[in-house]
Amino acid sequence: MEKETVEAKLGLLDYKKYSQTHITIRNTSANAPCVKRCPDKPCVTVCPAKVYEWEAAHQKILVAYENCIECGACRMVCPYDNIECDWPPAGHGVKYKYG
Amino acid sequence: MSEDSFDAIVVGAGPAGLSAAITMARAGLSVVVLERGEYCGAKNVQGAVLYSRMLHDIIPEFWKEGEAVVERPIAEQRMVVTTEDSWLTIGYKSKKFLEGIPNCYTIIRTRFDQWYAKKAEAAGAQVFTGVKVDGVVRDGGMIVGVRTSEGDELRASVVLACDGVNSILAQKAGFRKELLASEVALGAKEVLELPAGKIEDRFNLEPGEGATMEVFGSTSLGMLGYAFLYTNKDSLSLGVGCKLEHYQKKGLRPSEHLDIVKKHPLVKKLIEGSKPLEYSAHLIPEGGFRSMPPLAKDNFLIAGDAAQMVNAAYREGSNMAMTAGRLAGETVIEAKREGDFSEATLSRYVTKLKASFVWPDLEELKGLQAAVEATPDILEYYPKLACQLAHLRFTADGLPKKDHFRQALALIRNRGIIKLMRDLWPLHKAAI
Ligand SMILES: Cc1cc2nc3c(=O)[nH]c(=O)nc-3n(C[C@H](O)[C@H](O)[C@H](O)COP(=O)(O)OP(=O)(O)OC[C@H]3O[C@@H](n4cnc5c(N)ncnc54)[C@H](O)[C@@H]3O)c2cc1C
Ligand code: SF4
Ligand code: SF4
Repeated sequence: MEKETVEAKLGLLDYKKYSQTHITIRNTSANAPCVKRCPDKPCVTVCPAKVYEWEAAHQKILVAYENCIECGACRMVCPYDNIECDWPPAGHGVKYKYG
Repeated sequence: MSEDSFDAIVVGAGPAGLSAAITMARAGLSVVVLERGEYCGAKNVQGAVLYSRMLHDIIPEFWKEGEAVVERPIAEQRMVVTTEDSWLTIGYKSKKFLEGIPNCYTIIRTRFDQWYAKKAEAAGAQVFTGVKVDGVVRDGGMIVGVRTSEGDELRASVVLACDGVNSILAQKAGFRKELLASEVALGAKEVLELPAGKIEDRFNLEPGEGATMEVFGSTSLGMLGYAFLYTNKDSLSLGVGCKLEHYQKKGLRPSEHLDIVKKHPLVKKLIEGSKPLEYSAHLIPEGGFRSMPPLAKDNFLIAGDAAQMVNAAYREGSNMAMTAGRLAGETVIEAKREGDFSEATLSRYVTKLKASFVWPDLEELKGLQAAVEATPDILEYYPKLACQLAHLRFTADGLPKKDHFRQALALIRNRGIIKLMRDLWPLHKAAI
């Protein structure tokens, strides 16, 4: 059976694109909570659109905001309140056809 | 539109907001609805089962409009408990579900929301899509309108926050804190295309009729929540919904959870050969009363998911949102008549909710939530026990029946009779 991945699922979606991120990691410095204090990185494991990725080389979280499906979970799962996630600009972002 | 002043501004064109808008516009109030999606429904996710009664109260016999609004009337509802390789089904099918005011329908939210928004416009409300509200506008401390992300200000006698589970409006107005991962569930869903005939064969349905299925037990992977499978006209909606806190602890992405559920032998056969059309995810407010913000303030009302009005034990949210929206609308009509939009007058909304099903049902839910939380394994242990007991009941293995009975008793005693009663007593509230 073909391996199902979140990428394949996201590939089915329509978005109205926008160039300015609506998600910011508040602290990305060397002493950000992501570096040492957050070993489980729930933003990376839980986000249903795989927006967050831990980039080991630069010791920071990468944000693929274009994939966001606007569920709002990341703000609540980050144990250090290190994610600022607003809605995308008016009329932009995910466009569900069924919902 | 920046200079205008309205009787009411409704933020959010979901079931709550549109129900409120229709109610108020019909009474001749000037109403504007602001929706951040490019079109109504663009951002909204539901299972989706819609109980008819509450919408019928607003749009009588809405189902007669057919495909524009509904998918299938539900003739059979099933509850299934699973272990990895076994399952026990309780199904109830009745033609009565289809008579009079049919009990419930499956809907496709984006389609439904657009249809409902047209009803609001027909009633006289103005619906603007692609408008994101950033916060309330105050004048001398009093709420006098809203500000959009484009910087426009709109003014009205009353603002209705119907902006869903992540109500930024209620937060920015200072009436609510950010929700916690323990107060919400995360739901994820796939719409799977399947020909109508196949759906009817697999679910044993007459043409056009539908079925729903909720699955408890092993498919929730030890988390608090369930999986569901609903029949649309020519697609199935397969979803999971569990406490966000549990996804967080488990480090599990809901998309992966969906994939695991799809492989369960029960689900696998039912969705076989279907084609994924769409994947979606959305939060479900599950804090109930404990997380409910104040519902009425001076010039401000909150309804629907924004006010945590979801009965988590029964897939009821959109119907509560509709009734709450309607009652909020009726309250505003009275306030307008009396020319008084103070908290004291608008609090009649709460009185109306108490006299409806919304408040009593949320009250009941409180006890159930506490009981379930006190017994975190309840949704794992009992499905397994039920399957074990069913297995004994339906097996002929050469042992005398009284040995089976002894084995069954031993299984039950394992848990301890007192503990069992303590576990199960509060659940009677979810049973009727
Ligand atoms: C997976 C899943 C399955 C469900 N299944 C069922 C079910 O089977 N039956 C049932 O009855 N309920 C179900 N629910 C719950 C149901 O979807 C909600 O209770 C219902 O949608 C609540 O309606 P609402 O109008 O309060 O909010 P919503 O439907 O969320 O509407 C809020 C609207 O406000 C808009 N908005 C938000 N912020 C802004 C802003 N700042 N500016 C402008 N617009 C804004 C949004 O785009 C949205 O259109 C389910 C929920 C989920 C997630
Ligand atoms: S959950 Fe928060 S603290 Fe942890 S890695 Fe993600 S952003 Fe950093
Ligand atoms: S809002 Fe949801 S989809 Fe978007 S980044 Fe946050 S968790 Fe991911």
